[in-house]
Amino acid sequence: MSTAGPAEHLLRDLAPRVLGTLVRRHGQFDACEDAVQEALLAAAVQWPHEGVPDDPQAWLTTVAARRLTDLWRSESARRGREAAVALKERVEPGEVAGRDDTLALLFLCCHPALTPSSQVALTLRAVGGLTTGEIARAFLVPETTMGQRISRAKAKIKAAGARFELPPPGERAGRLGAVLHALYLVFNEGYTASGGADLQRADLAAEAIRLARALHALLPGDGEAAGLLALMLLTDARRAARTGPGGALVPLEDQDRSRWDAAAIAEGAALISDALTWSPPGPYQLQAAIAAVHAEAPSAAGTDWPQILALYRLLSRLAPNPMVTLNEAVAVAMVHGPRAGLAHLEPLAADDRTAGHHRLAAVRAHLHERAGDTAAALADYRTAARLTTSLPERRHLEGRAAALAAAAG
Amino acid sequence: MKYMLLIYNRPGFLEELTEDERTGLFGEVDAIMKELTERGELVGGQALAGPDATRTIRARDGVPAVTDGPFLESREVFAGTVMVDCETEERAVEIASRWPDVKYGGAMEVRAVMHDAAADM
Repeated sequence: MSTAGPAEHLLRDLAPRVLGTLVRRHGQFDACEDAVQEALLAAAVQWPHEGVPDDPQAWLTTVAARRLTDLWRSESARRGREAAVALKERVEPGEVAGRDDTLALLFLCCHPALTPSSQVALTLRAVGGLTTGEIARAFLVPETTMGQRISRAKAKIKAAGARFELPPPGERAGRLGAVLHALYLVFNEGYTASGGADLQRADLAAEAIRLARALHALLPGDGEAAGLLALMLLTDARRAARTGPGGALVPLEDQDRSRWDAAAIAEGAALISDALTWSPPGPYQLQAAIAAVHAEAPSAAGTDWPQILALYRLLSRLAPNPMVTLNEAVAVAMVHGPRAGLAHLEPLAADDRTAGHHRLAAVRAHLHERAGDTAAALADYRTAARLTTSLPERRHLEGRAAALAAAAG
Repeated sequence: MKYMLLIYNRPGFLEELTEDERTGLFGEVDAIMKELTERGELVGGQALAGPDATRTIRARDGVPAVTDGPFLESREVFAGTVMVDCETEERAVEIASRWPDVKYGGAMEVRAVMHDAAADM
């Protein structure tokens, strides 16, 4: 997955189209999805030796349809029936091969009957064209486990009576929210991975951007789809600068901004600036706008913090969430001083969702440090280090605590 | 999220059960493992051999010293692990609560597994 060549990119682009064609002809999303997966594997083996066929999409469709026939034959045989699948009769002549069913597939894979992690796995396979093995490696679980998760997801979709079509207008916004969220989760899984062993995982961020780009192209008039793509581009632009030697975390304020990806920033900033002129603001657009303000600042000190604070206030009103309050507190501290930031955090200590959360302790530690309260900062850094389940974060927090203790002498 | 379920039980408790109880216990474990497999939640697991053959290494005057058997005179020993990848901590706790060793006086611990992903700071 980390070394996706041009043939692999082509396969991944074609996967949802071939699957769409098949499901449209034959129904049975689950069987078609298996058949397409087998066709992709066959192509991955054959194409490098025999060359890419003149019409790769037709090749894949033919091979997948053949696999589907085999599948039905063996099932019929198993049931002791006549192997008489009149596949050809069901093929509508003159079918539009160029038709893009990606959007309907995304809605199907992010069906509300599925848990978020199943939505993510199925989306990566059916729409992203990744193999089960690649997805399993990306999520650090055995391949059989991931395979089971995917077939269970497909069985659930079938049981829910989901159809391969765009949801009715009334459900559209909610269902699109699930699609955006699944792509956001894929991105996060890749982006937050650090360290040498994670090249494969990092590629999930690229995969998420590719899918978000496709979604934005399909729904150019949706501000949140544009916002999500912009958010990914602007965040991913910082990737090279966010880890130091040995995979150590480098906080935003200490990052070498010359290592940020200027082209990704320009594209993301242009996207979000444009979207905000015609779309009502949504959570992804606001997060993208915040990322754009950071991206365009010459330094941490030279950041337009009042602007960031205003955007966080809007985001808290639109999509209240303790993690937003946490980030808002950092912005409050930058504008009005660390004491004001700490005051802003107080309700979170009483909130069950955040009271024992390492991020609350980490932010509090940081603000205590800025306020010059070393004892409180040390205590909070140590609490945060104890609570986190992330190894790089624990190392970072322990490092801050050690530096503070040494400076305090 | 990945969780390691740590199984603790009293060595020899299995031999004290009736045949039916033992069969029932193995059946319950099989049923849970089947469910974890079918749901795509099972990452792995290992049962440990009995504590009789345990070797314990501790520093004595700064030098690792090896002794036979577990030091602690505990009625419960660490007997094995199951690693799951599930949606929530509640789900991991639910799986652990159903582990049959619990009703025979054992205990389960649910521990989050450290990962290498990190949010922006």
